[in-house]
Amino acid sequence: MTVNYDIVVIGGGPAGLAAAIAARDAGCASILVIERDRELGGILNQCIHNGFGLITFDEELTGPEYAARFEKLALEGGIDFMLDTMVIDVSSDKLVTAVSQAEGMQFIQAKAIVLAMGCRERPRGALNIPGYRPAGIYSAGTAQRLVNIEGFMPGREVVILGSGDIGLIMARRMTFEGAHVACVAELMPYSGGLKRNIVQCLDDFGIPLLLSHTVVRIEGQKRVEAVVIAEVDGHGKPIPGTEVTYPCDTLLLSVGLIPENELSLTAGVELSPVTRGPVVNEVLETKVDGIFAAGNVLHVHDLVDYVSQEAAVAGRNAAAYVAGSLEENGVSVPVTATDGVRYTVPQSIDPERMPDELTVRFRVGNVYENRYVSVYLDGDRIYHRKRMIMAPGEMEQVVLKKAELLAHPGLASITFKLEEA
Amino acid sequence: METIDVLIIGAGVAGAACARELSKRKLSICVLEREEDVCCGTTKANSAIVHAGFDAATGSLMAKLNVRGNELMGPLCEDLGVDLKNIGSLVVCTSEEDIPGLQALLDRGVANGVKDLRIVRGEELRELEPNLADEVVAALWAPTASIVNPFQLNWALAENALANGAEFDFNTEVTGVVRDGDCWLVSTPGEEYRARCVINAAGVYADSIHNMVSDDKMEITPRRGQYFVLDTTAGRHVGHTVFQLPTKLGKGVLVTPTTAGNLLVGPTAEDIDEKEGTDTTAAGLQELLAKAPLSVKNIPFRETITSFSGLRAHRAEHDFAIGEVEGAPGFIDCAAIESPGLTSAPAIGEMVAEIVDGILHPEMRDDFIATREGIPNVEWATDEQWAALIEKDPAYGRVICRCRKVTEAQIVSAIHHPLGARSLDGIKRRTEACMGRCQAGFCTPKIMEILDRELSDLAFSDVTKAGPGSELIVGRDKELEGGDVA
Repeated sequence: MTVNYDIVVIGGGPAGLAAAIAARDAGCASILVIERDRELGGILNQCIHNGFGLITFDEELTGPEYAARFEKLALEGGIDFMLDTMVIDVSSDKLVTAVSQAEGMQFIQAKAIVLAMGCRERPRGALNIPGYRPAGIYSAGTAQRLVNIEGFMPGREVVILGSGDIGLIMARRMTFEGAHVACVAELMPYSGGLKRNIVQCLDDFGIPLLLSHTVVRIEGQKRVEAVVIAEVDGHGKPIPGTEVTYPCDTLLLSVGLIPENELSLTAGVELSPVTRGPVVNEVLETKVDGIFAAGNVLHVHDLVDYVSQEAAVAGRNAAAYVAGSLEENGVSVPVTATDGVRYTVPQSIDPERMPDELTVRFRVGNVYENRYVSVYLDGDRIYHRKRMIMAPGEMEQVVLKKAELLAHPGLASITFKLEEA
Repeated sequence: METIDVLIIGAGVAGAACARELSKRKLSICVLEREEDVCCGTTKANSAIVHAGFDAATGSLMAKLNVRGNELMGPLCEDLGVDLKNIGSLVVCTSEEDIPGLQALLDRGVANGVKDLRIVRGEELRELEPNLADEVVAALWAPTASIVNPFQLNWALAENALANGAEFDFNTEVTGVVRDGDCWLVSTPGEEYRARCVINAAGVYADSIHNMVSDDKMEITPRRGQYFVLDTTAGRHVGHTVFQLPTKLGKGVLVTPTTAGNLLVGPTAEDIDEKEGTDTTAAGLQELLAKAPLSVKNIPFRETITSFSGLRAHRAEHDFAIGEVEGAPGFIDCAAIESPGLTSAPAIGEMVAEIVDGILHPEMRDDFIATREGIPNVEWATDEQWAALIEKDPAYGRVICRCRKVTEAQIVSAIHHPLGARSLDGIKRRTEACMGRCQAGFCTPKIMEILDRELSDLAFSDVTKAGPGSELIVGRDKELEGGDVA
């Protein structure tokens, strides 16, 4: 038997909740959120540190508090939920197949879908770190769950590889719980995390951040006994003779996040090789008609506030799509990222259909000081603003105005780039 | 002390195959394993190939048992619920000059009794395997080669032996073997065992065990093989096992799908001193990256999810050492089981059982249970099959490992099957949970909870990765110290 919904949101984390709320508030009366965990809130539930919501609520909330605000809104009515339910397939004609212990296998036909599955952590294997495979190697997020949800310590003497935000947060968290964090090693010459996390989680606790360093060996056959860290050259290759052995029982990995797009692929959604998330247009619709995407499944964000904002846009547009009020896509002008800009979301814009103001989010590929962010409409530079510092760990954004795009009839390309002057 | 008819040292695939074959007879059988589980040595870390049998020297034990093992493997896997795919293998060469080398392999295969070998080239070869490197000019096609799930095979053989009366003692390392009248006394850190026959299937340690009873010393060298495992997204990059023709440049590496749908690239071949040296090295992994593209193009190494090392039990003579040891009546070596050991395992079991027959002359049982059911896999099931499983047990509807789609029912089944899992790796080898692209990131805490719940003698904080010494947890959070361990 197949049940029908106007909008099915896949994922009940911050993106899914914000999308569902926005869709309801836009007038859609038939919305289903499918969440694989037993609770809503996604990864926020284990992020018990504060710093969430500064933009959305002008308050410093913890992850569970931030999630609770959205859950409260979502539970005010008009939205159905399936918890502890795993979506196993999404077809291009928007038939969703899901399984759960309570309901068995279920088929849900949607008119529109919002993909909001979030992301996962890159594992050790993706880095080819040589050595043994003992217990004591955890992704930072797994350690975070063990400590914050289960109440168990995965180790006492810790080395962290990678300076992604979860790794930085866990350096502080493990220290609070009585562990000793020897260092955070980062392959790149800059951190992949937020500046504020480096200050608040490492500097405040005297934990050294070793830039341009990596783990070259893991010792210990049953449980981690030591890791060997070496300095790397400009190509990321370890420099012989710089090895230092750190005795430890735990290695935490915070070496990048990958959008979880296995379901997007079953639906035939085109992915960007740079973001590893769907390619979307200005309404955050993927290349499959009626399938939208938002949050970390679309591109990895730095702040959850931006996830909520972006997901609300996707939810509203999904509601408009269902209501038939979303205009047909006319001309898609490609947005090109170049000269230091790694990618943009969206990747194309229809100037006729775009809202009066459209937020384009992007990340840069290196650390840049005193560079200009420039936006060109064909050859015409319409945006040129200096930023003191930009880093790959922090998401950037530029708001494009519809009027300016419309002032360029026959627009063929929009280009985002960094310029020295 | 009771006297056991047959004591088997080692619960790898060779020991388990011997146990199962012997359990067809009216014999008391006990298997000693120093690790916490079956399949903890060479069996868990190899190419997982059922070789056709053209590789080994004609007339060698390897050649004979390989070809026989290949014949037995299909029906055996059918009986025991083990995943096997008859995909065939290709040995490729990149130069016209090497064609005689392919021909020599074919001739040897024919002499060894391998069927349907053929040299393929040109269009036919590209059609068979489109992603072969452009430089490849010809290949030896062996349609009788297969891939098998080695973890399932080992477990199934052991479990079936158990169902037929064999006993297994884990965490039991053999420290001595001495003659005691017409029997053998086998000592361990715990109890002592007395047996009429002892089978030495101790993998890379078979030399130490052999040397306890014989002056004709054996030496086993651990020959390390390192591998890359790529995600299932890369699993169809090749459709067959692709070997490289050994040349003066070296043995080459293989690229193959696995029964779990991953792509496997490896192995290196390094003789090392350390019998626990299952670590990977930067040089070894680099070698794979350099060699694999010689036979297969565009391998998506970006999809790598893990790397591992296994140790082959290599002997200079380069043949299996199977037989009653001279001067040690009833002590049977089942040693130097390096490649094609996995393929040969069913035939090794037969051969060892025949040797035992010659010593103990047991009667055959008429109540032997030949089949066993594995754990259903939902990842590759149709919607209808999966729905039917949930109908039977709703826990098939709760997905625990999201990457490999492994449900709670499968994990519980892995725990409660005979010779069930007690560790994360035990669950992994039986169900493929933790083997996906997140490499246990999401499911580790959930599997720990299930192990805690299902095993009354195992608390959450005592769950190990792979047995004692590999505990995953070192204690409680600070504010919870001294509190109840939930």
